[in-house]
Amino acid sequence: MNEKNNTLLIYTLLYFGFLYVPVLFLPIFSFNDANYMSFPLAGFTTEHYEEMWSKRNLHKALWASIKVGVVASVISTIIALFAAKAFARYKFRGEKISYGGIMMPFLIPEIILAVAILIIWVNLGFKLGLVPVTIGHTLFCTPFAMLILIARIEGFDFSLEEASRDLGENAWGTFFRVSFPLYLPGIVAALLLSFIISFDEFILAFFLTGSDATLPMYMWGQMRFVQKLPHVLALGAVIIVFTTFIVLLAFWLRNVGQGKLKKDIAMKL
Amino acid sequence: MIGFLKKIYAKHDNVKAYSLLSPALILVILAMIVPMALMLSFSMFTQVSMMEIDYTFTFQRYIDFFQKKLLVTLLIKSIKISFLVTLITLITAYPVCYYIAFYVKKNKMLWLVLLTLPFWTSYLLRVFSWKIILGTKGVINSSLINAGILSEPLTFLMYSETAVVITLTHAWAAFALLPLYVSLEKIDFSFIEAGRDLGLSRFEVFWKITFPLSLPGVIGAILIIFIPTVGDYVTPALLGGTDGRMLSNMIQAYFGKINNIPLGAASATIMLTTVVLITIIVSNVTKKLTQRLT
Repeated sequence: MNEKNNTLLIYTLLYFGFLYVPVLFLPIFSFNDANYMSFPLAGFTTEHYEEMWSKRNLHKALWASIKVGVVASVISTIIALFAAKAFARYKFRGEKISYGGIMMPFLIPEIILAVAILIIWVNLGFKLGLVPVTIGHTLFCTPFAMLILIARIEGFDFSLEEASRDLGENAWGTFFRVSFPLYLPGIVAALLLSFIISFDEFILAFFLTGSDATLPMYMWGQMRFVQKLPHVLALGAVIIVFTTFIVLLAFWLRNVGQGKLKKDIAMKL
Repeated sequence: MIGFLKKIYAKHDNVKAYSLLSPALILVILAMIVPMALMLSFSMFTQVSMMEIDYTFTFQRYIDFFQKKLLVTLLIKSIKISFLVTLITLITAYPVCYYIAFYVKKNKMLWLVLLTLPFWTSYLLRVFSWKIILGTKGVINSSLINAGILSEPLTFLMYSETAVVITLTHAWAAFALLPLYVSLEKIDFSFIEAGRDLGLSRFEVFWKITFPLSLPGVIGAILIIFIPTVGDYVTPALLGGTDGRMLSNMIQAYFGKINNIPLGAASATIMLTTVVLITIIVSNVTKKLTQRLT
């Protein structure tokens, strides 16, 4: 289509505004020298950021979130890698049901997952804490990681694996020398995005942490007090910058090598 | 003989696929299906006192649910809010996806990445930023008062159903944008051109060709927005006040302050069942309607 459509373009740009502007208020007010978040801005300060560094509970919560995020993203990416390989490589009986089952945690309201895990965990006699949160996050991150990895593996030429096997390499050798390096950008993207999902997740943590707060739980606790809001804004701004960086990195990785791989195969043909 | 070999090979593929799938399936079974089954059985128990639960099976909790006016009202309200959010998100996101799919020529992926980027920033923070905007001393009110347009802050903005709907529409945008874009992108443009050549108006082309072809995306978006938003907790808790309260806030109370786990479990079960049933009906009706259109 060669025509232009300025009405739609303007609408699209306005929609971008709707998506971005609300998020930008957090960083703007985090430098504002006042306790209330209202216009006009009162003056520039980095005081809220300094306050943020001095909070010990915040450091504890940050550390808890990192621990949960790393464990959940590593386990879910490994599980998702196997599953993605099965869906991308094989046609098998019960494919649709298995796919639906693995994607379910992504569809069911999170509060239901949280409540269900809470009931079983408490009735097994375990203590609430970071372990059940990690289990919940692993469950929740796996479908995301799998979608990313399926997209990566589907563009992959399986004859490369067959060639490796024909040349006498065993299954493990083939995996580590051929498949793994080719999947690697997808694997790293899945790891990063799963980490971000876990890092920002609130509901499961809210029901399952008990007294070990994660970072979103810490923020939730502070949001009720007006005088504590400014340092939550500063923290929020830092998290937004950090998240954006990680996500852009993941998107870039997801596409890296894919074009090159196709070109290589085309050259050989 | 060849048939026999094929059969064995097919079986072999099944074995290979399921050995790869087993970790994921075990995770889903142990961390989701078994806990949800236990939740279902807890919905048929009775909370006797703070610490004590009577484990004899009864359907009384389900009767309790429908006898409590508050719970039924909150269920209906949750569904209404989710329905509005799904509808508004679809209608507002559709033109954007249409534009990117048919008018943008270079760097479509970049447009798409930029559209979904805000979705990756913390859900809690995005909801919180709407509190900054809509609050009594928030961005909108303080700006309007400063400009001399208002003397009193607009109170309906905050702690209301409207606030919840606006915030959820913003928070779930990415889940409409992605499926809609994918289905619009797949449409062969020659169909649309053919429609125009045959003398159909722009409106007719859209309703008879483009929209029906984008239907998988529409239904996908309905699924992944309507079901999860019914159970949203954060937005109504931060922005809803009493007017915008949803069923999840009560479910949380049953597991916390009120401590009536069976009734909480029954409420959760009813919420999930209702929303799944509605979604099945809505997607079937949408399919039928478009079949009639084309």
